[in-house]
Amino acid sequence: MHFTGFTLMPYRSLDMEARHKERSAWVVLPNSLYDPVKGADEYESHISLLTRAEDLGFDAIAVNEHHQTAYGIMPAPNLIASALIQRTKRVKIAVLGRALPLTNNPLFIAEEMAMLDNMSRGRMIAGFVRGIGTEYHSTGTNPVFSHERFHEAHDLIVQAWTRPGPFEFEGEHYNFKYVNCWPRPYQQPRPPIWIPSQGSSETVKWAADPSRKYQFLVTFSSTELVTRYLTAYRNQCTEFGYECSGDQLGWAVPVYVADTDEKAKEEAGRAIETLFGDFLPNPWEMLLPPGYTSMSSMKQTMKLRSSLGKVRPTADMLIASGTALIGSAKTVRQKISEMVDRTGVNSLVTMLQFGTLSDELTKRNMDMFASEVMPHFRK
Amino acid sequence: MAPPITRHKVRDLDVRMMRAGAGAPLLFLHSAGGMPVWTPFFDKLAAQYDVIIPEHPGFGDTPAPDWIRNIGDMAMYYLDFLDSMGLGKVHLAGHSLGGWTAAELATRNCTDILDLTLIAPAGLRVKGAPSGDNFIWSAEESVRNMFHNQKIADAILAMTPTEEDSDRALANRFMAARLGWEPRWHNPALARWLHRISVPTQVIWGGNDMLLPPVYAEAWKAGVPDVRVEIIPECGHAVTADKGDACAATILSFLARS
Repeated sequence: MHFTGFTLMPYRSLDMEARHKERSAWVVLPNSLYDPVKGADEYESHISLLTRAEDLGFDAIAVNEHHQTAYGIMPAPNLIASALIQRTKRVKIAVLGRALPLTNNPLFIAEEMAMLDNMSRGRMIAGFVRGIGTEYHSTGTNPVFSHERFHEAHDLIVQAWTRPGPFEFEGEHYNFKYVNCWPRPYQQPRPPIWIPSQGSSETVKWAADPSRKYQFLVTFSSTELVTRYLTAYRNQCTEFGYECSGDQLGWAVPVYVADTDEKAKEEAGRAIETLFGDFLPNPWEMLLPPGYTSMSSMKQTMKLRSSLGKVRPTADMLIASGTALIGSAKTVRQKISEMVDRTGVNSLVTMLQFGTLSDELTKRNMDMFASEVMPHFRK
Repeated sequence: MAPPITRHKVRDLDVRMMRAGAGAPLLFLHSAGGMPVWTPFFDKLAAQYDVIIPEHPGFGDTPAPDWIRNIGDMAMYYLDFLDSMGLGKVHLAGHSLGGWTAAELATRNCTDILDLTLIAPAGLRVKGAPSGDNFIWSAEESVRNMFHNQKIADAILAMTPTEEDSDRALANRFMAARLGWEPRWHNPALARWLHRISVPTQVIWGGNDMLLPPVYAEAWKAGVPDVRVEIIPECGHAVTADKGDACAATILSFLARS
């Protein structure tokens, strides 16, 4: 199994009382709540934690992109990736992912990734996403054209990496007289591409297409949904006439390991509740701007949300649903094994720091995961 | 009383329509809120005019054709609509998004327009006076922020929408975003061509509009050659519902000018 260590880089010093006076920790959360001195420490902490993962034997470390939020203070993940390149030697570095539709010049994304790939001598993994709904509020990008822009930007970036330049790109949203990526990527023909997703059937079909075969990485979902989406992807591969490799299947999940199930919950319970109850929640107007998903899937999501009401998820609920793996090494091993048995998933993106979890507990968590869980899945 | 829904075909599009009254045709282009509820406001207009309210492409039950991607397409589409209806010259009116569409149409071609009534129209931007963000407002805010008279908002919020209502509202929201998300509720080019509106124009604004501040009326006044501006006090963005009588009287007196 391929292991990735990942952090969202949350701003842990957030005043939660002040946050709940706002409708969200995104877009409208006043940045007067950000203290640069504490923030500077936060950057150093997370970079150190990620760097540490190399020493512990992880295959990859990962960063991602979010805008105007305390949920993750990495609007420019390539900057962190660049720092990680300087502090590591062997480990792969994944940018999961760049939010393609939010930019007006996707060539910048192609160029920067190519630079990072050269600087790291071929250690980069590229991830492509559409950005979450709130980011259409914070960037002004029209959500109605989100899918169009994603596909067009993707085509442009992959062509910029793989087609001899200069060439002309003729799109609806993006038009370039000259596409000529200097530098070319270090890895040939291009860095691997992973697609973090919450399981939309359109994305499954697109990512599994024989011309792409991208790793489909299911994020932040219950055991039931992760199983369903990964199975859907596997079936889609079969439908395309080829067998799905385990390396095409990824699962991104918060993980916490301690001596016992009770101790794990005691140490990480509050932190996981801050992730899902303080940092992540958004009203549907912000999370699902019109056109971000199809009308039918938006209707379904709205129905689901109104039936759930505004319940703050507890650690018990998150553990029971498998949305977070929190427990003894034995428990966590067992849950991963079960998912492997059910789906054949071979890439695990572990979020070992989440919510307000401290550096100290994160380090213990990483140590235990690396010594007592990871080896079990190494062949 | 609300007239029956009729259908009209424009190119490959099956358009839902309300039509009532007799007299010279008055084409009313609705707001981003969708096909309006038929209120006494419309009865007052229909008492003197042949009032025609088509549902915009993509709104409610009218399909969203992929050949309408922006407000310019909407303006051209309504020129097609006028041709296909064969109404001759019409009084053209529009509210909010509908007002914007009407103005865009009029900058392109005034041949079939007698006069133009713009009720709290979108389309222009006044720097320093940002529009309200009706895409981030909650369902309740979206209703409350439309009215100065909160009793109307209370009554709307007390109703439980049918599934059909909810589906139409969602379609409205999708098409509204297509046309107005970015740049938000305006077309930077429109201000440059307002001088081409060659018919008498009336701009009506609610004095307490929380979506498009009433100061926007000044920008229309500055750009449109033959224009009068009427600000209705104690009135929000939903002018035709919030102050229906005053709005109808203002329109009728403008249309009846000699």
